[in-house]
Amino acid sequence: MYASSLFKYILVVLFLWNMPAQAAVNIQHWQTTTGAEVYFVENHDLPIIDLSINFAAGSAHDKKTKSGLASITRYLMTLGAAGFSDEAISKRIADVGAIIGGELDADRASFKLRTLSNAREREQALDIYIKILQQPDFPEVVLSREKARIIAGLKEAATQPESIASRAFMTALYGDHPYALDSSGELETVSAIKREDLQKFYQDHYAANGAVIALIGDLSRDEAAKAAERIASRLPAASTISALPSVIYPDKANEQRIPHPASQSHILLGYPGVKRGDADYFPLYVGNYILGGGGFVSRLTEEVREKRGLAYSVYSFFMPLAELGPFQIGLQTKTDQVDTALKLVRETLDKFINNGITEAELNSAKQNIIGGFPLRLDSNGKILDYLAVIGFYKLPLTYLDDFSAKVNQVTSASIKEAFKRRIKTDKLITVIVGGSQ
Amino acid sequence: MLIRNILVALALIPATALASIQEFKLDNGLRIVVQEDHRSPVVVSQIWYRAGSLDEVNGKTGVAHVLEHMMFKGTQNVKAGQFSRLIAAAGGKENAFTGNDYTAYYQQLEKSQLPLSFRLEADRMANLQLTDEEFAKEIKVVMEERRWRTEDKPQSLVNEQFQSTIYRVHPYARPVIGWMNDLENMTAADAREWYHNWYAPNNATLVVVGDVKADEVLKLAKKYFDVLKPHVLPVRKPQTEPEQKGERRVIVKAQAKLPYVQLGFHVPALRDADQDWEPYALEILAGVLDGNPSARLSQSLVREEKVAVDVGAGYDMIARGQQALFELNGTPSEGKTAAELEAAMLLQIEKIKEFGITNEELQRVKAQVIAADVYKRDSMFYQGMQIGMMETSGFSWRILKDYPAKLSAVTPEQVQAVAKKYLLRDNLSVATLDPQSIDPNDKKTKAKPYVR
Repeated sequence: MYASSLFKYILVVLFLWNMPAQAAVNIQHWQTTTGAEVYFVENHDLPIIDLSINFAAGSAHDKKTKSGLASITRYLMTLGAAGFSDEAISKRIADVGAIIGGELDADRASFKLRTLSNAREREQALDIYIKILQQPDFPEVVLSREKARIIAGLKEAATQPESIASRAFMTALYGDHPYALDSSGELETVSAIKREDLQKFYQDHYAANGAVIALIGDLSRDEAAKAAERIASRLPAASTISALPSVIYPDKANEQRIPHPASQSHILLGYPGVKRGDADYFPLYVGNYILGGGGFVSRLTEEVREKRGLAYSVYSFFMPLAELGPFQIGLQTKTDQVDTALKLVRETLDKFINNGITEAELNSAKQNIIGGFPLRLDSNGKILDYLAVIGFYKLPLTYLDDFSAKVNQVTSASIKEAFKRRIKTDKLITVIVGGSQ
Repeated sequence: MLIRNILVALALIPATALASIQEFKLDNGLRIVVQEDHRSPVVVSQIWYRAGSLDEVNGKTGVAHVLEHMMFKGTQNVKAGQFSRLIAAAGGKENAFTGNDYTAYYQQLEKSQLPLSFRLEADRMANLQLTDEEFAKEIKVVMEERRWRTEDKPQSLVNEQFQSTIYRVHPYARPVIGWMNDLENMTAADAREWYHNWYAPNNATLVVVGDVKADEVLKLAKKYFDVLKPHVLPVRKPQTEPEQKGERRVIVKAQAKLPYVQLGFHVPALRDADQDWEPYALEILAGVLDGNPSARLSQSLVREEKVAVDVGAGYDMIARGQQALFELNGTPSEGKTAAELEAAMLLQIEKIKEFGITNEELQRVKAQVIAADVYKRDSMFYQGMQIGMMETSGFSWRILKDYPAKLSAVTPEQVQAVAKKYLLRDNLSVATLDPQSIDPNDKKTKAKPYVR
């Protein structure tokens, strides 16, 4: 009974692969008069509007001597604008049940707004959101207060093994490249940041030209166009953003052991991985699913957790960025098992890269990634994030439509070839936090 | 915090978006709740067992969660690890979670794959093979999980001690993950006993949300679950925490830089969904203190007095164990002590007891709760969570419908009244983190979390 049912699922998935291409999401794209790129999906199922604006203003745009500036600038923009205090901003947003959020990674600074679509709520929320983007005040008292909070957080993080491992890993992996910079900055650099630094970073990095606005929800194309026009109308004029430098690959393996008294050691291994839009992206993505991305069914989970009980969590991922983002393997294990676990992870990776994968593994991976594609688009929140990525990294508008076909084109040979060429196991970066000296 | 946001207003959704909920019960006692949501061609299927750490006994803490892990270790029909492989091959995502009140398993799938989920869940509800060999491996994984979640996380250690201080008698005193000593001494027989006690259709609720038709879900559920036999469940004795008579304190030493303080008061949980008003007033109180960045705790203690770098407040009214806490927590700013922050937090409580809250604050909390409920509709998974938690805690999902009216009826006077009645010194417990500096070569500095 089991075999026959399983066969049925394989057939269903195969059938899906051969379905004629149809638009997964109907994305409308245009430019505002000020040069911001707009990506819009109209959807009236829920009385909600989600939007984001994205700037090339992530932590990789920090100077090493001012590490943390990008993040503080983004955050402080939300804490005082057009004469409204942080308290007044919070109250006006809360009064209409709206949520202002946003993120900062190495490449990108974003501001998100989620609001009810009723005119009163929408207008009040949008009004505050636009003030934050266009008229940030960077109040001196707020800056000194927030710096103190960030510094407290940095000191706390410096005692915790997970944070220690992550910082040491990125530093070893990227050296002088700005991807080595931690978005929270360093004690000395954060302490030294001044109001003028924030104003200058804002002027230099928050121009409309090149900004990406993503919009989804309960508004018409016409309303979306008007909202986008307002959002992008009075942003700083000039932008002096220079492209990020290329990542230089490590010339030799590097293993660091950092003592820590915690009961578990934290292990990170990796190598510079892929860029957004990289020709090798799909073979590496599908291959990584088999290696350590596929949750309970990956090789790393099977070897480390399922067969031997050495860890609760073991994973691998590629984080594609504008330049080569990290390929990373991570796990935590009781300190006296570190060497056993590390050896096993290295053997698993070596075997994966040298011997490749089976056709059965490839099929299972494709079944999961293609069969699960609808789950990627089952909420406005998820689609909003795809719109921002497509716009920010200039991926084709048909990225989501083409996704399953690209996955389907991957072969076991292309996975083996891409991993072998891209991930040099004799030059891996390894960081272990835990154990005594 | 999680549950506080769950109990929200379905009735306020515009009619176009209002999904229908239907419930059924099979002859073997399995309850089925289906919420149709046709926005996307996907489905989430969750099966909730009324078995959590609440039902454990001393010496076997953590067994509910260990069994959750073991549920992926195979049946007569599906060998160890195959459950996950079959769901993955169908394009699905799956996992499970254990709490004080429940253990739940879920799959998220393209909608045509729902039969696979039912077939596998029905199979492992009755046919789990709990071998000594698989148990021996998995208990090590769970101990690693405890190290990762608790042993090496100073604030988790504080929370664990806080729970076992504020509760002396009630099972909520025990950590869901279990004490390390109990995990070290747990056997496959303990897991088998748990499985045979609690895994039965008459102790479970199946919740399905997605692009499905309720009657077809029922038909499918009958096909796979009807054959399962109900069990006589162990008798659940009522367990009540005796009234606290005087302040309680505990200090935890652990490697960290910043102190941390957690405060709690015993308050009522929801019992009678028609008559009770105090739980709703307590929920408003939590929102006034910590519902948004301009709420009282953050505004006063982080922004104005700068005595804290972080503060929070929370209240969960839904608990199968019928015990609830009103909690406050915070991290002092550099140069401030945990005692100073504790005093500042308690002063905020005293201000509400003396002067009450403003109508403006009340309206702001209500506006946020109403909006948050609309937003939650963007997640099928979360809608399933709402229903599952309600049903598992002994309430019907139907009380969700009355929730906005109940909340809107709360007055500033009622909020002040619950603060005056329950947030009292003799009803207070405080757990504090005493941060220890790190010397990796000196084993003596290592925290002893089990010693109070």
